[in-house]
Amino acid sequence: MPEIVFEGVEKRYGAVRVLQPLDLTLADGEFTVLVGPSGCGKSTTLRILAGLETLSAGEIYFNGRPISRLDPKDRDIAMVFQDYALYPHMNIAKNMSFALRLQRRPKAEINAKVRQVASMLNIAHLLDRKPGELSGGQRQRVAMGRALVRDAGTFLFDEPLSNLDAKLRAKMRTELAEMRDRIDKNMVYVTHDQVEAMTLGDRIVVMDGGVIQQQGTPKELFEKPVNQFVAGFIGSPTMNFLKGELIEDHGRLFVAGDGYRLALGDGARQRIAATNAREVVVGIRPSSFSSRADAGSAIDLKVVVAEYLGASTVLATRCGSSDVLVELSSEELPRVGDRVSYAVKSEAIFVFDAKSGKTL
Amino acid sequence: MQAANSHRLTPYLFLAPAGLVLAVALLYPIGYMVYASFLDWNPSQKINEAAFVGLRNYANLLVDPAFRESLWVTIKFASVVVSLEMLLGVGLALLLDRKLRGMTLLRTLFILPMMIAPIVVGLMWRYMYHPTVGTFNRALKGLGLPPVEWLSDSNWALVSIIIADIWQWTPFIFILALAALQSLPKSAMEAARIDGATGWQQILHIKLPLMMPVLIVTCLLRLIDAFKVLEVVLVLTNGGPGLSTEILSLRIARTASEFRELGKAAAMSNYLLLFLMVLTLAMFFYSKATERRAARLRAEAEGAH
Repeated sequence: MPEIVFEGVEKRYGAVRVLQPLDLTLADGEFTVLVGPSGCGKSTTLRILAGLETLSAGEIYFNGRPISRLDPKDRDIAMVFQDYALYPHMNIAKNMSFALRLQRRPKAEINAKVRQVASMLNIAHLLDRKPGELSGGQRQRVAMGRALVRDAGTFLFDEPLSNLDAKLRAKMRTELAEMRDRIDKNMVYVTHDQVEAMTLGDRIVVMDGGVIQQQGTPKELFEKPVNQFVAGFIGSPTMNFLKGELIEDHGRLFVAGDGYRLALGDGARQRIAATNAREVVVGIRPSSFSSRADAGSAIDLKVVVAEYLGASTVLATRCGSSDVLVELSSEELPRVGDRVSYAVKSEAIFVFDAKSGKTL
Repeated sequence: MQAANSHRLTPYLFLAPAGLVLAVALLYPIGYMVYASFLDWNPSQKINEAAFVGLRNYANLLVDPAFRESLWVTIKFASVVVSLEMLLGVGLALLLDRKLRGMTLLRTLFILPMMIAPIVVGLMWRYMYHPTVGTFNRALKGLGLPPVEWLSDSNWALVSIIIADIWQWTPFIFILALAALQSLPKSAMEAARIDGATGWQQILHIKLPLMMPVLIVTCLLRLIDAFKVLEVVLVLTNGGPGLSTEILSLRIARTASEFRELGKAAAMSNYLLLFLMVLTLAMFFYSKATERRAARLRAEAEGAH
């Protein structure tokens, strides 16, 4: 299981640069998730790693060995594709054993390996079916099985769950998380779904516009996003953003905008003092609001819609001319049309530079 | 009730003209031919004057050495021509399935022969096969080799018409195979690359099996066409020398016009028709059965969730 290092990896199609020079280190045995909106370069990065696309500049190293000129088959990788990419004319056993058969491994070994993986994935009863005869979820398992049988050092997943319906996706996600703990391999997983990224990744790499925006553990990304893009991408429901201005008043720092004025903590004050930003964007997660008035500085909101989700309720509210989502426990619900006042702790207020989008 | 009934009949009303054309243009001639094959019928007679002989024409044909020779030549011609064309056409498609500069032009050039009228192809090749001024013998002479009796040697004549047919019809297989190749699922090919398949292994284990449904239909179409070939042979050798290139359709034409035995010619046509129909129906039922099996198993799998 190699340590994988991307060094200045670039991809251009003609004049269009889809990957800016990219540096990234994937530690041995880590589950890394590349996440971002479509067109952010995450799939391209994975396909370059797989050898299905060539890179325009830079180099990839497996344990210090450059591999960008190697064929996919010489990279010791296995891959699960978004559309499963099963061989439609082969039955499941043949699909799973294709790579081993090409390597001319002994028949007994191949059969044992296929059976072992198939029973692990609960597809042992399907081995003599063709892919066209399986449901979407079963095909998904077969695709996983085909990769697992290989026993490769690195597993690549290209949005493997996005063709499944919501219920099945949640189930497969849990199974994947379980599998991750049992298998000690490098895994690189591409998704546009931040929930998948948060639940599966040891480390998440957030990409946008062909650039890595931030990488870190799920907790780091959630609690310390480096910019507005990451803050808005990670977390569900998404973070609220309000335009505002920094104001000093009697030695305290406030951020104020259309319909609100919030006090910032001392930590934020020191960080912001180092810059000379005035125009800012305030970020508050929907879960950071509290109905207890003493829990921080207050913000006045008008309730527009209440989405009851069972244990919690998401309120769509308005603050001045901006929309604000509030997530509350369902016990303390206001009615639609009410004006309410919620408190936000100063630690839960993110401030971003309005021009660069960087966290202040 | 009345209204509902007439509504249900409306589609058939609209279908009726097409059905009528089909019946007149297709079923009537076939029925006519089938009926004629039971007659001992001379072109100078009206059809209702001809004597009804039942299956005698069919029985006679089975022991007619000229018919059997002709059938054998046809089978030889069709099987050699179709296998070589499949090999070359699919091979070319595999070679040219890539992004190259000028590929569009090259593809167009490749399919030109197919678009030339068969009579013209026959004339063209007849000049090229000419014993003294033809391209081939002049080339052989230039290389210091003895000339070949392309069309007048009974061993070479069949080879010569086979070459001409391959030249004309390989492009047909080429374009269909290329279309099949380009519609193959890309990701399955990528999966094969990752699984470690070399170029040859991808062709052998993935591309060819996946192209198979198209290739089978293509092969069948070519086979049907090859069994009916007429014009090129007519122009090149007219069946000669001897009976060495007298393919079935030529034999049928001669039986009708030269030997003036319309009943026998009709019976021959029916043998050909039956043979091709069996081929087609077998193929049809096979693909239907596999489709139905796949659909049933998939439905079961979806239901199990």
